[in-house]
Amino acid sequence: MNDRFNLYRFASPATFYPLAGRMIPWFAAAAVLFGLAGLYLGMLVAPTDFQQGEGYRIIFIHVPTSWMSMFIYLVMAFWAAIGLAFNTRLSGMMAQALAPTGALMAFLSLWTGALWGKPMWGAWWVWDARLTSELILLFLYIGYMALVAAIDDPRRADKAGGVLLLVGVVNVPIIYFSVKWWNTLHQGSSVNLTKSSMAETMLWGMLLMALSFWMYSIAVALTRARTLMLERERHTDWVKAELAETQR
Amino acid sequence: MKSRHKKLALIGAALAVIGIIAALVLNALNSNIALYITPTEVAAGKAPKDKLFRIGGLVKEGSIQRQADGVTIAFIITDTEADIPVHYKGILPDLFKEGKGAVAQGRLSADGHFQATEVLAKHDENYMPPEAAKALQDAHARGLEKQANDAAAAADAAKPKAGY
Repeated sequence: MNDRFNLYRFASPATFYPLAGRMIPWFAAAAVLFGLAGLYLGMLVAPTDFQQGEGYRIIFIHVPTSWMSMFIYLVMAFWAAIGLAFNTRLSGMMAQALAPTGALMAFLSLWTGALWGKPMWGAWWVWDARLTSELILLFLYIGYMALVAAIDDPRRADKAGGVLLLVGVVNVPIIYFSVKWWNTLHQGSSVNLTKSSMAETMLWGMLLMALSFWMYSIAVALTRARTLMLERERHTDWVKAELAETQR
Repeated sequence: MKSRHKKLALIGAALAVIGIIAALVLNALNSNIALYITPTEVAAGKAPKDKLFRIGGLVKEGSIQRQADGVTIAFIITDTEADIPVHYKGILPDLFKEGKGAVAQGRLSADGHFQATEVLAKHDENYMPPEAAKALQDAHARGLEKQANDAAAAADAAKPKAGY
């Protein structure tokens, strides 16, 4: 059994901890590289917009953070489903490690949206379906973190949090399709898998920024997951060995 | 069936049920979720009486009339089927323009115009440099001109036949 490469090996914190440690610098470096390229394209190369002038450039933060806020939630819900079904230790830690980053992305999405809305629409905030459902997403993140923090036993906390994550996942398609299903002040999507209604350099700047935020999210989530692994498994031999290693 | 597969199936079923519940609730709330109603819906009598509501559509070309004081304005919101005259006094967003989208909050007055207390601009999802926008506009104008010429030529071609 041991002679062949087994992916399930990394479902164990003892083997995933060092792997995560080796991956973090690569994701961090990728985040910086994509971020620099994206900012260069977005701020210096991409042309002025015909309607919104220079003000549209907040899109290079707004859209990537909005995408990440939805995507991170889906990943957390995935880990919650795995954790509830297979009772694996690592999945709960992964969901917990992602939550603060997801909340940050949702907050940034709302905040940059408000900064963008005031000069273009004439309002910081309207209760339209897109904005309201994204606000609910932020509350789901905060609610998840509060719930998990309120339960002392980590395995029970994971279960309760997992159920909340799975119930809340219906909100993600609602956010995404809200601008199609209802009359909203927010405009429709500029980009989907088949078409884009943006000039090419604008689009590339935005995609590079999205990649940068993606890589950043992985790097910080893995860092947080490593801390959680040490904390939760502190009575195990591998953590003791790991700590002895670093103290030496 | 292993117990973990049973659990996975259970989670899938629970998600499906939650999805259906959400769909039904959202469907029932449909009219409350929409931010605004269209002029056609107002014409059909769907506007609430004596209550604030929002209408949305395009600002009709050539309909903006500014008063001398600079902040009082009248314009028409249209969805190309029905028109609603709107009166408003206040500051407008920069993107408020003829032929572009707008959403106005207010109430219907007795004489049929919409007295707005707030006007917001709704822009579209297109982003491009001004040159590209101009090229598009020019191409559109050329297309219209060509259409008109073709129609005229077709009319000319049809004439002798009709006289024959």
